[in-house]
Amino acid sequence: MLKKRIGSFGIILIIALIFIFLPFVYNNQSFLFNMMLYIALAEGLNIIYGFTGYLPFGYVGFFGAGAYSASLAILFLHFPPLLSIFIGGMGALLVGVVLMPLLKLSGAYFAIANLAASQALYYIVANPNLESITHGPYGISLASVYNPHASYYTMLAVLVLSMIIVLFIRTSNFGLSLLAIKEDRITASLAGVNVAKARAIAWGLSAFIAGLSGASFAWYVSVFYPGTVFSLNISVIVIVFALFGGIGTIAGPLVGSLILYSFYNFIGISTPQYFQLLYGILIIVLVLFLPDGITSILQKRKIYVP
Amino acid sequence: MFEYTVLAGIMYGLYFGLVGIGLNLIFGVMRMINLAHGDFIMLGAFLAYWLFHLFGINPLFVIAISCVVFLFLGIAFYYIFVPRLLKSKDPEMLSFILFFGLSQVIEAIIILSFGNNQRSIPSNTFGHSTFSIFGNRFPISWLIVTIVAIVVFIAVYWYFYHTKLGYATRAIMASRDESLVSGINVNRVSAFAFGIGLILASIAGIFSFFMMGAAYPSMGTNLTVISFAIIVLGSLGNPMGTIIGGLIYGLAIMFMQTYLSSWSNLLPYLLLIAVMLFKPEGLIGKTVRSA
Repeated sequence: MLKKRIGSFGIILIIALIFIFLPFVYNNQSFLFNMMLYIALAEGLNIIYGFTGYLPFGYVGFFGAGAYSASLAILFLHFPPLLSIFIGGMGALLVGVVLMPLLKLSGAYFAIANLAASQALYYIVANPNLESITHGPYGISLASVYNPHASYYTMLAVLVLSMIIVLFIRTSNFGLSLLAIKEDRITASLAGVNVAKARAIAWGLSAFIAGLSGASFAWYVSVFYPGTVFSLNISVIVIVFALFGGIGTIAGPLVGSLILYSFYNFIGISTPQYFQLLYGILIIVLVLFLPDGITSILQKRKIYVP
Repeated sequence: MFEYTVLAGIMYGLYFGLVGIGLNLIFGVMRMINLAHGDFIMLGAFLAYWLFHLFGINPLFVIAISCVVFLFLGIAFYYIFVPRLLKSKDPEMLSFILFFGLSQVIEAIIILSFGNNQRSIPSNTFGHSTFSIFGNRFPISWLIVTIVAIVVFIAVYWYFYHTKLGYATRAIMASRDESLVSGINVNRVSAFAFGIGLILASIAGIFSFFMMGAAYPSMGTNLTVISFAIIVLGSLGNPMGTIIGGLIYGLAIMFMQTYLSSWSNLLPYLLLIAVMLFKPEGLIGKTVRSA
């Protein structure tokens, strides 16, 4: 266990060092920022989907909730950005607590209800009646605290945090009890796992990571609309990245995001539909032929994937 | 005002029953959620749009064409995906993700071929006249859509209760394994049912212009969620229950638009969450599965 932990920790360290020093030699900072963002989100999704099997189709709801909570803390309470980002994480956590009854649903029902919840949140935030609070559909501007460098390294911290949480879950008894829930809830509870508590913790951590990511994103771009941070595409892309790499590991979502986001950047920016077509086909092929992602090729050969 | 809202709600409700019924049929037969349902509605709409604008074909005749097109499409998709999925370790979740991939592919292909623009068929295609009930005037196209919806419901009922294929379909809905044992060609009947599900979706698409104003390539996801809300409201796995779900949804949306219009787009989502949490077996009928 300890050896595995040290190995995985090495990977996290390498990723952190890469993203610390890459901006000095590679000047497309927004590409690097988005790369970190998607890795962090894919790892966050991995916490709930990879270990408990609940597919959060409305994962973007936490992302948007984080972006908006942080922005409102900056605009109305005049909190410093770092504190506001923490508030963003807490805002998403609050949404997670409100949505906790959804965990009673199983499989596809949970996924659809979660999707509906994120859309409902979007329509609430974007509603013109709430213009005085959320600025409705007209978006948020954080120009007063704009600081691309500070927000870049904040995102890096969130990324490292997300990977450390997954590392902890992957190599602890808590992670094993989550996997037991994924296999069979009833058997897990008979074996002494506190199902409600364990999945609630995983759900909360997952929401918290998405909230922090959303808040960092809001700070980094500093001007955004409700449609930007509640776009269903974010959920979809993150799910595809995680699935492609292989869920339930640290390396899977990381590798998936690294490969697919680079690819996206290469072909998808001018005509995003080509990428949409590609990941649609990718989903179908993955489900039919490689349901456990590309890292499962190694796992089938008995090679340990961190 | 109140009378108008109720009448419009019933007409909308019947139309939305039509929107959801295909999804429910496919769920009932295969226990899979066709997440690309909304995109098949969109395909139906685009078929009607092009046939109307290129050849001037009346949307009512497009129904016949779409019956052929979507039946073949459905049978093909069934044999490509479903038998393989049923053998996998978690058919319910994997099919959900797979159909989502399919919906992305359909949406991307349509946007790449025709652009992401709103399309519409003029609302006076069926003439300029209006009709009135109790002194409330409605466009004639609403009456036609209502009649089409009712005819489709009767046809589905007839299929279920008066044809051999319908008997077999209901047997599979009751128990896939037992039907297999009693000699029903489960794959063939399910493939046919999948085709019918897509036909029903496409018919809803053909008339989407008159009830929802316009069609656009990315309308699919939203329609899938609305359809899901409707079939959960009615009763999952019981296609005829969809009509009740549609009526409740239609009335609710009309009352929201009349009395609380700025919040009306929240309704399908809140309705869906509320029903799933508090009455997952639907508002009517027998429990097919407790979510």
